[in-house]
Amino acid sequence: MIEVKGLHKSFGDAHILKGISTSFEKGKTSLVIGQSGSGKTVFIKCLLGLFPYEEGSIEYDGKIFSNLSEDQKRNLRAEIGMVFQGSALFDSMTIAENVMFPLRMFTKMSKSEMQDRVDFVLKRVNLDDAHHKMPSEASGGMQKRVAIARAIVNNPKYLFCDEPNSGLDPKTAIVIDNLIQEITDEYQIVTVINSHDMNSVMEIGEKIVFLKDGHKAWEGSKETIFKTDNEVVTDFVYSSELFKKVRKMYIEENE
Amino acid sequence: MIREMFRKPTKWSVMKDLIFKDIDDLIIRSLGIVAFIAFFVGGVVTIQTALNISNPLIPKYLVGFATRQSIILEFAPTFISIIMAGKVGSFITSSIGTMRVTEQIDALEVMGINSLNYLVFPKTIALLLYPFAIAIAMFLGIIGGMAACVYGGFTTLEDYIQGVQMDFDGFHITYAFIKTFVFAFLLATIPSFHGYYMKGGALEVGKASTTSFVWTSVMIILLNYILTDMLLG
Repeated sequence: MIEVKGLHKSFGDAHILKGISTSFEKGKTSLVIGQSGSGKTVFIKCLLGLFPYEEGSIEYDGKIFSNLSEDQKRNLRAEIGMVFQGSALFDSMTIAENVMFPLRMFTKMSKSEMQDRVDFVLKRVNLDDAHHKMPSEASGGMQKRVAIARAIVNNPKYLFCDEPNSGLDPKTAIVIDNLIQEITDEYQIVTVINSHDMNSVMEIGEKIVFLKDGHKAWEGSKETIFKTDNEVVTDFVYSSELFKKVRKMYIEENE
Repeated sequence: MIREMFRKPTKWSVMKDLIFKDIDDLIIRSLGIVAFIAFFVGGVVTIQTALNISNPLIPKYLVGFATRQSIILEFAPTFISIIMAGKVGSFITSSIGTMRVTEQIDALEVMGINSLNYLVFPKTIALLLYPFAIAIAMFLGIIGGMAACVYGGFTTLEDYIQGVQMDFDGFHITYAFIKTFVFAFLLATIPSFHGYYMKGGALEVGKASTTSFVWTSVMIILLNYILTDMLLG
């Protein structure tokens, strides 16, 4: 479980995160949503320890992140998988080498054991025949799946995804969403997804944290987001006619 | 940056591969241009020396002597290092800068890897072999001078060889290699610094490469002066 208490983060005079408190449980896909510039990426980078924060605390299963030594932080990060917005695959390595990388760094597995594990996770993300391709030869959807495979290859306890669907067609986006949800449930990991894709919210948002101007404006789930009267949320989530109709249908069906 | 580079080292089995890859990228792949430039600049140095020695009282073998001194003391260690600041330095800055822009460095950090150790340390170790490239430059510069001298009809082969062997001081080689080791360290660290700490996008990667070339060249010239004053002055 990840618990965040009163998180504040500034860049110079710009106060980006203004006292955010929330928690993310294991086995659930949690989404952090909000408009561009609402502080989502800064929030996730603070959780990962990539940005230092001024006030508040972040606890990973009871361990306060800021109290850990640099070495302890690095050991904790070895338990974290991250899917970056641009996939962040190492472009000098093949897809198989990218996936194998965390195993080479953090395990004492033999080469054949590592190969078996890579085969397994690549199969898990439906990429059985892409081992020898370079990242530049893979499509956006394939790169995202490789990034997911690399993130889960070392059996992480925590999985973070920054805009996993950006730049993907709707069909591939659903495949990626479902894959993340299945993996979260299968391996019982804490998954935090940074998104502004409303399809993802409706599909896999078991917990949703809505950020606006650096504040937590709302918290709920995909079921409660249909019913909320919070104007800030409804303005954002139901800004398109399509989603207004979806919401109306959902409410009518459930009345 | 340098202190952080030595903290939490990367696993040796991984580091070993990185070092060999960087030796290939930074040293082996530079040998062609180093050899080409050394051979022809050696020839030019010889021709210009020969043309400027017009006094019949000055013996012809001094062409070989002057060529040897110019190449061993300055041309090979310093001139080649400035060329390498352009070739190797830009490669280091742009490759690390691109990793920064595409969040590959963030990916390393999130995995708990000391990215400075992973990226910069193998380059620093690989460049310990840089004096090997400079030794080749010294040899080919003198050979290039010999070819230009003999085939250009400036002196005989015997005169040139006599000049190359005349008053040889072994400390000059030591001095040249001390400089080369210092320049190798600059070539590894200054471009890495500019790549690692850059901010922005693709345009800034280009700017960082240019800035790193300027600063590496400035530092090479400055330290060349200081080391020459300390060791030979």
